[in-house]
Amino acid sequence: MTSVRIPPVLRVHVGGQKEVDASGATVGDLLRDLVARSPGLGEQLFTADGSLHRFVNVYLNGQDVRYLKVLDTPVGERDAVIILPAMAGGA
Amino acid sequence: MRPDRELPLARGPVREVAPAEAADLIAAGAALIDTRETHEWKAGHLSGATLIPPIEVLDRIAQVVPDKSTTVVVYCAAGARSMRAALQMAQLGYQDVVSMAGGIGLWKAQGLPTELPSDTPAIARNPRYARHLVMPEVGPEGQGKLAQSKVLFIGAGGLGSPGLLYLAAAGVGTLGIVDFDVVDLSNLQRQVIHADDRIGMKKTQSAAQTIRALNPEVKVVAHDEMLTEENVDRLIAGYDVVIDGTDTFETRYTLNDAAVRAAIPVVHASVFRFEGQLSVFVPYEGPCYRCLYPTPPPPELAPGCSVAGVLGVVPGVMGLLQATEAIKVLLRLGDPLVGRLLIWDALDGSFSEVVLRRDPNCPACGQGAVAQGTPAQPALAGAG
Repeated sequence: MTSVRIPPVLRVHVGGQKEVDASGATVGDLLRDLVARSPGLGEQLFTADGSLHRFVNVYLNGQDVRYLKVLDTPVGERDAVIILPAMAGGA
Repeated sequence: MRPDRELPLARGPVREVAPAEAADLIAAGAALIDTRETHEWKAGHLSGATLIPPIEVLDRIAQVVPDKSTTVVVYCAAGARSMRAALQMAQLGYQDVVSMAGGIGLWKAQGLPTELPSDTPAIARNPRYARHLVMPEVGPEGQGKLAQSKVLFIGAGGLGSPGLLYLAAAGVGTLGIVDFDVVDLSNLQRQVIHADDRIGMKKTQSAAQTIRALNPEVKVVAHDEMLTEENVDRLIAGYDVVIDGTDTFETRYTLNDAAVRAAIPVVHASVFRFEGQLSVFVPYEGPCYRCLYPTPPPPELAPGCSVAGVLGVVPGVMGLLQATEAIKVLLRLGDPLVGRLLIWDALDGSFSEVVLRRDPNCPACGQGAVAQGTPAQPALAGAG
Protein backbone atom coordinates (compact mmCIF):
# COMPACT_ATOMS: atom_id res chain seq x y z
CA MET A 1 0.00 0.00 0.00
CA THR A 2 1.17 3.50 -0.82
CA SER A 3 0.04 6.57 1.02
CA VAL A 4 -1.63 9.24 -1.14
CA ARG A 5 -2.10 12.80 0.11
CA ILE A 6 -5.59 14.06 -0.66
CA PRO A 7 -5.96 17.83 -1.15
CA PRO A 8 -8.50 19.67 1.03
CA VAL A 9 -10.87 20.22 -1.89
CA LEU A 10 -11.19 16.46 -2.47
CA ARG A 11 -11.30 15.26 1.12
CA VAL A 12 -15.07 15.24 1.11
CA HIS A 13 -14.82 12.18 -1.14
CA VAL A 14 -12.61 10.21 1.28
CA GLY A 15 -14.44 10.86 4.51
CA GLY A 16 -12.38 13.92 5.35
CA GLN A 17 -9.05 12.06 5.51
CA LYS A 18 -5.81 13.79 4.56
CA GLU A 19 -4.03 10.67 3.51
CA VAL A 20 -5.41 7.40 2.29
CA ASP A 21 -3.72 4.14 1.35
CA ALA A 22 -4.10 2.59 -2.07
CA SER A 23 -2.31 -0.16 -3.90
CA GLY A 24 -0.86 -0.36 -7.35
CA ALA A 25 2.45 -0.81 -9.12
CA THR A 26 2.04 2.37 -11.19
CA VAL A 27 0.56 5.80 -10.54
CA GLY A 28 -2.38 4.86 -12.79
CA ASP A 29 -3.09 1.63 -10.90
CA LEU A 30 -2.76 3.44 -7.62
CA LEU A 31 -5.22 6.17 -8.58
CA ARG A 32 -7.68 3.68 -10.08
CA ASP A 33 -7.55 1.68 -6.85
CA LEU A 34 -8.18 4.92 -4.99
CA VAL A 35 -11.23 5.59 -7.14
CA ALA A 36 -12.47 2.03 -6.58
CA ARG A 37 -12.38 2.73 -2.85
CA SER A 38 -13.75 6.27 -3.12
CA PRO A 39 -15.80 6.48 -6.33
CA GLY A 40 -16.50 10.22 -5.82
CA LEU A 41 -12.91 10.90 -6.84
CA GLY A 42 -13.41 9.42 -10.30
CA GLU A 43 -14.70 12.44 -12.18
CA GLN A 44 -12.37 14.70 -10.19
CA LEU A 45 -9.24 12.92 -11.37
CA PHE A 46 -9.96 11.30 -14.71
CA THR A 47 -11.40 12.36 -18.03
CA ALA A 48 -13.94 10.14 -19.80
CA ASP A 49 -11.12 8.35 -21.65
CA GLY A 50 -9.27 7.59 -18.43
CA SER A 51 -6.45 10.12 -18.63
CA LEU A 52 -5.65 12.57 -15.86
CA HIS A 53 -7.51 15.91 -15.96
CA ARG A 54 -5.21 18.76 -16.97
CA PHE A 55 -6.25 20.77 -13.90
CA VAL A 56 -5.05 18.00 -11.58
CA ASN A 57 -1.36 17.42 -10.97
CA VAL A 58 0.07 14.34 -9.31
CA TYR A 59 3.49 14.42 -7.72
CA LEU A 60 5.63 11.43 -6.89
CA ASN A 61 8.23 12.33 -4.26
CA GLY A 62 7.85 16.00 -5.22
CA GLN A 63 8.14 15.43 -9.00
CA ASP A 64 5.27 15.97 -11.44
CA VAL A 65 4.40 12.56 -12.92
CA ARG A 66 3.80 14.26 -16.30
CA TYR A 67 7.57 14.63 -16.51
CA LEU A 68 8.05 11.02 -15.48
CA LYS A 69 5.93 8.34 -17.16
CA VAL A 70 2.57 9.90 -16.32
CA LEU A 71 0.13 7.17 -15.26
CA ASP A 72 2.68 4.48 -16.11
CA THR A 73 5.17 5.84 -13.58
CA PRO A 74 6.14 2.99 -11.22
CA VAL A 75 5.44 3.51 -7.51
CA GLY A 76 6.66 1.74 -4.43
CA GLU A 77 5.21 1.48 -0.95
CA ARG A 78 7.57 4.07 0.45
CA ASP A 79 6.88 6.69 -2.21
CA ALA A 80 4.99 9.86 -1.36
CA VAL A 81 2.16 10.64 -3.75
CA ILE A 82 0.43 14.02 -3.68
CA ILE A 83 -2.66 14.98 -5.67
CA LEU A 84 -2.84 18.69 -6.31
CA PRO A 85 -5.70 20.24 -8.25
CA ALA A 86 -5.74 23.97 -9.06
CA MET A 87 -7.07 26.03 -6.13
CA ALA A 88 -9.17 29.10 -6.75
CA GLY A 89 -9.22 30.97 -3.53
CA GLY A 90 -7.56 34.29 -2.97
CA ALA A 91 -9.94 34.91 -0.07
CA MET B 1 42.01 55.49 37.71
CA ARG B 2 39.96 56.41 40.69
CA PRO B 3 40.53 53.84 43.46
CA ASP B 4 36.87 53.85 44.56
CA ARG B 5 35.57 52.83 41.12
CA GLU B 6 34.75 49.24 40.53
CA LEU B 7 36.00 48.18 37.14
CA PRO B 8 34.58 45.17 35.33
CA LEU B 9 37.95 44.49 33.78
CA ALA B 10 41.42 45.88 34.19
CA ARG B 11 44.27 44.15 32.40
CA GLY B 12 47.48 46.13 32.38
CA PRO B 13 47.07 49.12 30.12
CA VAL B 14 43.57 48.01 29.12
CA ARG B 15 40.48 49.04 31.02
CA GLU B 16 36.77 48.95 30.42
CA VAL B 17 34.62 52.00 31.06
CA ALA B 18 30.95 52.86 30.82
CA PRO B 19 29.74 55.02 27.90
CA ALA B 20 29.49 58.20 29.99
CA GLU B 21 33.12 57.94 31.04
CA ALA B 22 34.15 57.11 27.48
CA ALA B 23 32.37 60.30 26.41
CA ASP B 24 34.47 62.28 28.90
CA LEU B 25 37.68 60.71 27.60
CA ILE B 26 36.69 61.46 24.01
CA ALA B 27 35.89 65.06 24.94
CA ALA B 28 39.29 65.30 26.62
CA GLY B 29 40.98 64.33 23.34
CA ALA B 30 41.28 60.54 23.37
CA ALA B 31 41.60 58.83 19.98
CA LEU B 32 38.40 57.02 19.07
CA ILE B 33 38.32 53.70 17.17
CA ASP B 34 35.22 51.86 15.95
CA THR B 35 36.06 48.19 15.51
CA ARG B 36 33.03 46.80 13.71
CA GLU B 37 32.28 45.84 10.09
CA THR B 38 31.60 48.40 7.39
CA HIS B 39 27.87 47.70 7.16
CA GLU B 40 27.51 48.30 10.90
CA TRP B 41 29.48 51.55 10.60
CA LYS B 42 27.19 52.71 7.81
CA ALA B 43 24.18 52.33 10.10
CA GLY B 44 25.65 54.91 12.49
CA HIS B 45 28.78 55.54 14.55
CA LEU B 46 30.19 57.86 17.21
CA SER B 47 31.22 61.32 16.06
CA GLY B 48 34.96 61.58 15.41
CA ALA B 49 35.53 57.81 15.30
CA THR B 50 37.75 56.01 12.79
CA LEU B 51 36.59 52.64 11.49
CA ILE B 52 39.07 49.78 11.81
CA PRO B 53 37.33 46.40 11.34
CA PRO B 54 38.58 43.73 13.80
CA ILE B 55 40.71 41.91 11.26
CA GLU B 56 42.62 45.10 10.40
CA VAL B 57 43.42 46.36 13.90
CA LEU B 58 46.96 44.99 14.10
CA ASP B 59 47.87 46.34 10.67
CA ARG B 60 46.27 49.75 10.78
CA ILE B 61 46.26 51.05 14.34
CA ALA B 62 49.79 52.53 14.13
CA GLN B 63 48.74 54.49 11.08
CA VAL B 64 45.62 55.90 12.75
CA VAL B 65 47.16 56.45 16.22
CA PRO B 66 50.94 56.87 15.77
CA ASP B 67 51.64 57.97 19.38
CA LYS B 68 51.40 54.96 21.71
CA SER B 69 51.02 57.17 24.78
CA THR B 70 47.74 58.56 23.46
CA THR B 71 44.62 57.40 25.29
CA VAL B 72 42.61 55.28 22.84
CA VAL B 73 38.90 54.58 23.28
CA VAL B 74 37.70 51.52 21.32
CA TYR B 75 34.12 50.44 20.86
CA CYS B 76 32.15 47.89 18.87
CA ALA B 77 28.49 46.78 18.96
CA ALA B 78 28.36 45.32 22.45
CA GLY B 79 31.89 45.39 23.92
CA ALA B 80 33.43 42.02 23.00
CA ARG B 81 35.28 42.89 19.79
CA SER B 82 36.50 46.16 21.28
CA MET B 83 38.01 44.30 24.25
CA ARG B 84 39.89 41.98 21.90
CA ALA B 85 41.11 44.96 19.87
CA ALA B 86 42.19 46.76 23.05
CA LEU B 87 44.22 43.75 24.18
CA GLN B 88 45.86 43.59 20.75
CA MET B 89 46.76 47.28 21.02
CA ALA B 90 48.23 46.73 24.47
CA GLN B 91 50.42 43.99 23.00
CA LEU B 92 51.60 46.49 20.39
CA GLY B 93 52.68 48.81 23.18
CA TYR B 94 49.77 51.22 23.57
CA GLN B 95 49.84 52.48 27.12
CA ASP B 96 46.28 53.52 27.82
CA VAL B 97 43.58 51.62 25.92
CA VAL B 98 39.94 51.84 26.94
CA SER B 99 37.24 49.46 25.75
CA MET B 100 33.75 50.91 25.99
CA ALA B 101 31.51 48.51 27.90
CA GLY B 102 28.23 47.67 26.17
CA GLY B 103 29.43 49.13 22.87
CA ILE B 104 27.43 51.49 20.71
CA GLY B 105 24.30 49.64 21.74
CA LEU B 106 24.57 50.77 25.34
CA TRP B 107 25.84 54.21 24.21
CA LYS B 108 22.65 54.73 22.20
CA ALA B 109 20.46 53.23 24.91
CA GLN B 110 21.78 55.88 27.26
CA GLY B 111 20.67 58.59 24.85
CA LEU B 112 24.15 59.54 23.67
CA PRO B 113 24.46 60.81 20.09
CA THR B 114 25.68 58.98 16.99
CA GLU B 115 26.08 60.11 13.42
CA LEU B 116 25.96 58.60 9.95
CA PRO B 117 28.83 58.59 7.44
CA SER B 118 28.87 61.82 5.42
CA ASP B 119 28.20 60.01 2.13
CA THR B 120 25.04 58.37 3.51
CA PRO B 121 22.03 58.77 1.20
CA ALA B 122 18.94 60.37 2.74
CA ILE B 123 17.04 57.08 2.91
CA ALA B 124 19.71 55.58 5.15
CA ARG B 125 19.12 58.41 7.60
CA ASN B 126 15.46 57.48 7.84
CA PRO B 127 14.92 55.92 11.27
CA ARG B 128 11.75 54.28 9.97
CA TYR B 129 13.93 51.69 8.22
CA ALA B 130 16.57 51.32 10.95
CA ARG B 131 16.03 47.56 11.28
CA HIS B 132 16.53 47.12 7.53
CA LEU B 133 19.47 49.48 7.33
CA VAL B 134 21.59 47.53 9.80
CA MET B 135 21.22 44.32 7.80
CA PRO B 136 23.94 43.89 5.18
CA GLU B 137 21.44 42.13 2.86
CA VAL B 138 19.26 45.25 2.73
CA GLY B 139 21.24 48.25 3.95
CA PRO B 140 20.92 51.74 2.42
CA GLU B 141 21.32 50.34 -1.09
CA GLY B 142 18.52 47.80 -0.72
CA GLN B 143 16.30 50.29 1.04
CA GLY B 144 16.88 52.73 -1.81
CA LYS B 145 15.97 50.00 -4.27
CA LEU B 146 12.73 49.30 -2.39
CA ALA B 147 11.90 53.00 -2.49
CA GLN B 148 12.31 52.93 -6.27
CA SER B 149 10.24 49.75 -6.65
CA LYS B 150 6.68 49.39 -7.86
CA VAL B 151 4.55 46.47 -6.77
CA LEU B 152 1.02 45.80 -7.98
CA PHE B 153 -1.33 43.77 -5.78
CA ILE B 154 -4.30 42.25 -7.54
CA GLY B 155 -6.97 42.23 -4.85
CA ALA B 156 -7.08 44.07 -1.54
CA GLY B 157 -8.63 41.08 0.19
CA GLY B 158 -7.40 38.25 2.38
CA LEU B 159 -3.98 37.98 0.75
CA GLY B 160 -3.66 41.66 -0.14
CA SER B 161 -4.43 42.94 3.36
CA PRO B 162 -1.32 41.69 5.13
CA GLY B 163 0.79 41.78 1.97
CA LEU B 164 0.08 45.44 1.25
CA LEU B 165 0.55 46.45 4.89
CA TYR B 166 3.99 44.89 5.15
CA LEU B 167 5.15 46.06 1.74
CA ALA B 168 4.13 49.58 2.74
CA ALA B 169 5.91 49.24 6.07
CA ALA B 170 8.98 47.92 4.25
CA GLY B 171 9.14 51.10 2.20
CA VAL B 172 8.20 49.86 -1.27
CA GLY B 173 7.92 53.19 -3.07
CA THR B 174 4.81 52.59 -5.16
CA LEU B 175 2.00 50.19 -4.35
CA GLY B 176 -0.68 49.68 -6.97
CA ILE B 177 -3.95 48.08 -5.90
CA VAL B 178 -6.49 46.58 -8.27
CA ASP B 179 -9.89 45.93 -6.70
CA PHE B 180 -13.39 46.87 -7.77
CA ASP B 181 -15.13 45.66 -4.62
CA VAL B 182 -16.36 47.45 -1.50
CA VAL B 183 -15.66 46.48 2.10
CA ASP B 184 -18.20 43.98 3.44
CA LEU B 185 -18.68 42.87 7.04
CA SER B 186 -17.86 39.27 6.06
CA ASN B 187 -14.41 40.43 4.84
CA LEU B 188 -13.27 41.59 8.26
CA GLN B 189 -12.60 38.09 9.62
CA ARG B 190 -9.32 38.23 7.64
CA GLN B 191 -8.98 41.45 5.62
CA VAL B 192 -7.18 43.44 8.27
CA ILE B 193 -6.30 46.41 6.07
CA HIS B 194 -9.97 47.47 6.22
CA ALA B 195 -12.02 48.47 9.24
CA ASP B 196 -15.47 48.14 10.70
CA ASP B 197 -16.31 51.80 10.10
CA ARG B 198 -15.43 51.48 6.41
CA ILE B 199 -18.08 48.95 5.42
CA GLY B 200 -19.39 50.01 2.02
CA MET B 201 -16.23 51.98 1.19
CA LYS B 202 -14.26 51.05 -1.92
CA LYS B 203 -11.53 48.60 -0.96
CA THR B 204 -8.88 50.54 -2.87
CA GLN B 205 -9.79 53.67 -0.92
CA SER B 206 -9.90 51.87 2.42
CA ALA B 207 -6.56 50.15 1.78
CA ALA B 208 -4.95 53.42 0.66
CA GLN B 209 -6.16 55.10 3.86
CA THR B 210 -4.58 52.41 6.07
CA ILE B 211 -1.35 52.42 4.07
CA ARG B 212 -1.02 56.21 4.31
CA ALA B 213 -1.57 56.06 8.06
CA LEU B 214 1.18 53.44 8.36
CA ASN B 215 3.70 54.93 5.94
CA PRO B 216 2.93 58.25 4.23
CA GLU B 217 6.14 57.90 2.18
CA VAL B 218 4.50 55.22 0.03
CA LYS B 219 2.69 56.27 -3.13
CA VAL B 220 -0.57 54.37 -3.53
CA VAL B 221 -2.06 53.97 -7.00
CA ALA B 222 -5.67 52.83 -6.74
CA HIS B 223 -7.16 51.00 -9.72
CA ASP B 224 -10.83 50.78 -8.87
CA GLU B 225 -11.69 48.32 -11.60
CA MET B 226 -11.93 44.63 -12.34
CA LEU B 227 -8.89 43.12 -14.04
CA THR B 228 -9.96 42.02 -17.54
CA GLU B 229 -8.46 41.05 -20.86
CA GLU B 230 -9.08 44.61 -22.03
CA ASN B 231 -7.30 46.49 -19.24
CA VAL B 232 -4.72 44.01 -17.94
CA ASP B 233 -1.81 45.17 -20.11
CA ARG B 234 -2.36 48.78 -19.09
CA LEU B 235 -2.79 47.90 -15.40
CA ILE B 236 0.41 45.90 -15.01
CA ALA B 237 2.62 48.08 -17.22
CA GLY B 238 5.57 49.61 -15.38
CA TYR B 239 5.38 47.42 -12.27
CA ASP B 240 8.41 45.43 -11.15
CA VAL B 241 6.43 42.65 -9.49
CA VAL B 242 2.74 41.71 -9.55
CA ILE B 243 1.19 39.84 -6.65
CA ASP B 244 -1.73 37.59 -7.41
CA GLY B 245 -4.34 37.89 -4.69
CA THR B 246 -7.24 37.08 -6.99
CA ASP B 247 -10.04 34.73 -6.14
CA THR B 248 -11.13 33.53 -9.57
CA PHE B 249 -9.45 31.40 -12.18
CA GLU B 250 -10.52 33.77 -14.93
CA THR B 251 -8.55 36.66 -13.43
CA ARG B 252 -5.61 34.42 -12.60
CA TYR B 253 -5.22 33.22 -16.19
CA THR B 254 -5.72 36.72 -17.60
CA LEU B 255 -3.04 38.04 -15.27
CA ASN B 256 -0.67 35.15 -15.98
CA ASP B 257 -0.82 35.55 -19.74
CA ALA B 258 -0.34 39.33 -19.62
CA ALA B 259 2.54 39.06 -17.12
CA VAL B 260 4.26 36.54 -19.41
CA ARG B 261 3.83 38.95 -22.36
CA ALA B 262 5.24 41.82 -20.30
CA ALA B 263 7.90 39.61 -18.63
CA ILE B 264 6.85 40.72 -15.14
CA PRO B 265 7.27 38.26 -12.24
CA VAL B 266 4.07 37.18 -10.49
CA VAL B 267 3.98 36.01 -6.89
CA HIS B 268 1.12 33.57 -6.73
CA ALA B 269 -0.82 32.25 -3.76
CA SER B 270 -4.11 30.52 -3.26
CA VAL B 271 -5.85 29.35 -0.13
CA PHE B 272 -8.53 26.85 0.81
CA ARG B 273 -9.83 26.30 4.33
CA PHE B 274 -6.66 25.35 6.28
CA GLU B 275 -4.23 25.20 3.39
CA GLY B 276 -2.26 27.58 1.22
CA GLN B 277 -0.03 27.31 -1.84
CA LEU B 278 2.64 29.69 -3.02
CA SER B 279 4.98 30.02 -5.98
CA VAL B 280 6.85 32.71 -7.91
CA PHE B 281 6.35 32.77 -11.66
CA VAL B 282 9.25 34.54 -13.36
CA PRO B 283 8.50 34.55 -17.10
CA TYR B 284 10.99 32.57 -19.18
CA GLU B 285 13.15 31.81 -16.15
CA GLY B 286 10.75 29.36 -14.58
CA PRO B 287 7.28 27.99 -15.19
CA CYS B 288 4.17 30.19 -15.40
CA TYR B 289 0.76 29.37 -13.98
CA ARG B 290 -0.33 27.78 -17.28
CA CYS B 291 2.69 25.45 -17.18
CA LEU B 292 1.30 24.23 -13.89
CA TYR B 293 -2.36 24.12 -14.89
CA PRO B 294 -2.95 24.79 -18.62
CA THR B 295 -6.71 24.94 -18.15
CA PRO B 296 -8.89 25.84 -15.18
CA PRO B 297 -11.14 23.24 -13.60
CA PRO B 298 -14.89 23.44 -14.03
CA PRO B 299 -16.39 25.60 -11.25
CA GLU B 300 -18.03 22.69 -9.43
CA LEU B 301 -14.63 21.02 -8.95
CA ALA B 302 -12.89 24.09 -7.55
CA PRO B 303 -15.06 26.00 -5.12
CA GLY B 304 -13.78 29.42 -4.03
CA CYS B 305 -13.44 30.58 -0.45
CA SER B 306 -16.88 32.15 -0.35
CA VAL B 307 -18.31 28.64 -0.81
CA ALA B 308 -15.73 26.51 0.97
CA GLY B 309 -14.61 28.90 3.72
CA VAL B 310 -11.12 29.71 4.91
CA LEU B 311 -9.54 30.11 8.32
CA GLY B 312 -8.85 33.85 8.48
CA VAL B 313 -5.20 33.53 9.39
CA VAL B 314 -4.42 31.27 6.40
CA PRO B 315 -4.57 34.06 3.78
CA GLY B 316 -2.81 36.21 6.38
CA VAL B 317 0.19 33.89 6.43
CA MET B 318 0.14 33.35 2.68
CA GLY B 319 -0.15 37.08 1.94
CA LEU B 320 2.90 37.71 4.10
CA LEU B 321 4.81 34.95 2.34
CA GLN B 322 3.89 36.68 -0.94
CA ALA B 323 5.23 39.99 0.38
CA THR B 324 8.40 38.19 1.47
CA GLU B 325 8.90 36.65 -1.96
CA ALA B 326 8.24 40.03 -3.64
CA ILE B 327 10.95 41.67 -1.53
CA LYS B 328 13.34 38.81 -2.32
CA VAL B 329 12.69 39.29 -6.04
CA LEU B 330 13.09 43.08 -5.81
CA LEU B 331 16.34 42.88 -3.85
CA ARG B 332 17.59 39.69 -5.54
CA LEU B 333 17.91 38.00 -2.18
CA GLY B 334 18.03 34.30 -1.38
CA ASP B 335 16.17 31.74 -3.44
CA PRO B 336 12.72 32.92 -4.52
CA LEU B 337 10.19 30.11 -4.98
CA VAL B 338 10.75 29.91 -8.74
CA GLY B 339 9.93 26.44 -10.06
CA ARG B 340 8.81 25.37 -6.61
CA LEU B 341 5.33 25.21 -5.13
CA LEU B 342 5.19 25.60 -1.39
CA ILE B 343 2.23 23.99 0.33
CA TRP B 344 1.35 25.00 3.87
CA ASP B 345 -0.99 22.83 5.89
CA ALA B 346 -2.08 24.86 8.89
CA LEU B 347 -3.61 21.89 10.70
CA ASP B 348 -0.49 19.76 10.37
CA GLY B 349 1.70 22.79 10.94
CA SER B 350 3.76 21.58 8.01
CA PHE B 351 5.30 23.05 4.89
CA SER B 352 6.00 20.83 1.90
CA GLU B 353 7.28 21.53 -1.56
CA VAL B 354 6.89 20.09 -5.04
CA VAL B 355 8.95 20.84 -8.13
CA LEU B 356 7.28 22.83 -10.93
CA ARG B 357 8.66 22.60 -14.45
CA ARG B 358 8.41 24.90 -17.39
CA ASP B 359 6.25 23.24 -20.04
CA PRO B 360 7.89 23.58 -23.47
CA ASN B 361 4.41 23.36 -24.97
CA CYS B 362 2.86 25.92 -22.61
CA PRO B 363 0.33 28.05 -24.53
CA ALA B 364 1.53 31.16 -22.66
CA CYS B 365 5.31 30.85 -22.30
CA GLY B 366 6.19 27.76 -24.35
CA GLN B 367 8.27 27.77 -27.50
CA GLY B 368 5.27 28.00 -29.82
CA ALA B 369 3.82 31.00 -28.04
CA VAL B 370 7.18 32.75 -27.84
CA ALA B 371 8.15 32.05 -31.46
CA GLN B 372 4.89 33.43 -32.77
CA GLY B 373 5.07 36.44 -30.52
CA THR B 374 1.32 36.20 -30.23
CA PRO B 375 -0.70 36.72 -27.11
CA ALA B 376 -1.50 33.53 -25.32
CA GLN B 377 -4.93 32.06 -25.57
CA PRO B 378 -7.51 33.71 -23.36
CA ALA B 379 -8.53 32.15 -20.10
CA LEU B 380 -11.14 29.50 -20.35
CA ALA B 381 -14.25 29.31 -18.21
CA GLY B 382 -13.76 31.00 -14.89
CA ALA B 383 -14.79 29.79 -11.50
CA GLY B 384 -15.96 31.57 -8.40
